[in-house]
Amino acid sequence: MTCHYARRYARLVTMSLKADAPKAPTPPTPPEDSPSALADVTASDASLRRFLHGLPGVDAVGLEARAASLGTRSIKTTAKAYALDLAISMIDLTTLEGADTPGKVRALCAKGRNPDPTDRSTPPVAAICVYSDLVATAREALAGSGVAVASVATAFPAGRAARSVKLADTAEAVAAGADEVDMVIDRGAFLAGRYLSVFEEIVAVREACGDAHLKVILENGELATYDNIRRASWLAMLAGADFIKTSTGKVGVNATPANTLLMLQAVRDFRAATGRQIGVKPAGGIRTAKDAVKFLVLVNETAGPDWLSPTWFRFGASSLLNDLLMQRQKLGTGRYSGPDYVTVD
Amino acid sequence: MSEPLPVLKTYKLFVGGAFPRSESGRVYEVTDAKGQWLANAPLASRKDARDAVVAARKAFPRWSGATAYNRGQVLYRVAEMVQGRRDQFRAEVAAGDGLSKSKAAAVVDAAIDRLVWYAGWSDKVAQIAGGANPVAGPYFNLSTPEPTGVVAVLAPRDSSLLGLVSVLAPVLTTGNVAVVVASERAPLPALSLAEALATSDVPGGVVNVLSGATAELARPLAAHQDVNAIDLTGAEGELATELEILAAENLKRVRRPDPAEDFAAAPGTERLLGFLETKTVWHPTGV
Repeated sequence: MTCHYARRYARLVTMSLKADAPKAPTPPTPPEDSPSALADVTASDASLRRFLHGLPGVDAVGLEARAASLGTRSIKTTAKAYALDLAISMIDLTTLEGADTPGKVRALCAKGRNPDPTDRSTPPVAAICVYSDLVATAREALAGSGVAVASVATAFPAGRAARSVKLADTAEAVAAGADEVDMVIDRGAFLAGRYLSVFEEIVAVREACGDAHLKVILENGELATYDNIRRASWLAMLAGADFIKTSTGKVGVNATPANTLLMLQAVRDFRAATGRQIGVKPAGGIRTAKDAVKFLVLVNETAGPDWLSPTWFRFGASSLLNDLLMQRQKLGTGRYSGPDYVTVD
Repeated sequence: MSEPLPVLKTYKLFVGGAFPRSESGRVYEVTDAKGQWLANAPLASRKDARDAVVAARKAFPRWSGATAYNRGQVLYRVAEMVQGRRDQFRAEVAAGDGLSKSKAAAVVDAAIDRLVWYAGWSDKVAQIAGGANPVAGPYFNLSTPEPTGVVAVLAPRDSSLLGLVSVLAPVLTTGNVAVVVASERAPLPALSLAEALATSDVPGGVVNVLSGATAELARPLAAHQDVNAIDLTGAEGELATELEILAAENLKRVRRPDPAEDFAAAPGTERLLGFLETKTVWHPTGV
């Protein structure tokens, strides 16, 4: 039976890296049998497990080599200017510290609205990401700016709390005005193989979100293997995530080019299978403009240009913005900039 | 026994405590005064200059925060290291500056003396550049000299070791960090001095040594917004003027070149006091 499922769904997932190139421009036309193709997958714990374990294994060496080779592209002049502005507009400017104060959040919001006061042509960031109790402060500070408020929820970052607590956390964040909710999956349940429990929790949080966008944090650093990351990506997408996010930024291993590439393959294959487009958000550890541009290359070459927009790709970052601004100033003036010309966060 | 295989030395840049090749992968041929090939030296690019500034900025809090006594000890140790490699420096100076063996030996000895002299100044400079100011009020008013920050140093073109030490040591003694552009014509003593610095407890990034075309490296350094001062000793004429204009943008402290400067003469305190900022505090007198 397992073999049967594995064969049945294997074609949904691209195994060969060669398939990357021609895939990019295809419009989201789902296969004929798409509504039924994945409908029965989540019917029971057993069928979900069969589906997730039937996904093709990840070639770790090939994946890392591909990510590394895409990181060697040289992006200069006008392309660099475009990439820097795009990267700035994709940032979820984040502060997730125990020491966050309303004042700090307001300062961050001011920076998000107008990242470089010396250059008004700088685009605003996509969102400000805070803990749920500070959503109201951020909402007020961002009124009328078009910058969204994102809130982490569900007992971030560990996710170790009762489901009722997690749902209440989510509902409070949304009630306070969050446009986007970043939830963490229950890694303990996932690693123990209780996939349906993880699935049901995401579905429940999805409902609690109402109209807010749901980003599901997989916490790749705790999932241990690339196979698990692929499985968790599909699980989150099946459960109704609008975005899948690499990590909380609170553990040792955060967003890497390789695990982001893997998630980009997953969203590409998911759209090909179902017609639904899901966003990707690498978070944590992306500090330099150079790194950010490498991720944009990954997006363009893996998922395709459809994902090159703040609607479908985000950076979760706090210090990245300063480096992007310094690079932007360098492009504009020809002078290398320094930390004296950006804010101290 | 056959002859041992001679090992040619690959000279490297010194950035952030490491010895990288130029980011650009370029090298250029260094010749002695008679035009004979000596070695290949890295031809640093503006990106190497940028990386050096980043490394220097990172090293600044620790070096400027070290006690003056400690900085003096470290500089003294640099002198010890140069002394231990005296023969190598003599050969490089003789070839690079076109000096006889005995003159080169005197130059190396003078450079060691110069290091020791500036090492002694580290915990004394505050006495001559700062002090208690008399004010008409119930306050103590104290001025203390503080380091300027990241200093770009264009080393003298013709005095490859003694000149270099004479411009670098005063910058370091007072707690500044340096990005040095070595003499374009004779960079080998500077690149070897970097090896002595690396083994003297000078924290990584405090001194960064670049070799290459002075004009190519000096322009981005002079324009760099995160460089606080620039010593134009190694620039001449129109280049020096252009660099001074570039440096004006962020109000860098600029030291103009003096073509008549004699590095063999006693240095005085002028260079020592050139890269300092005065901090003055008012403190109420207690009862």
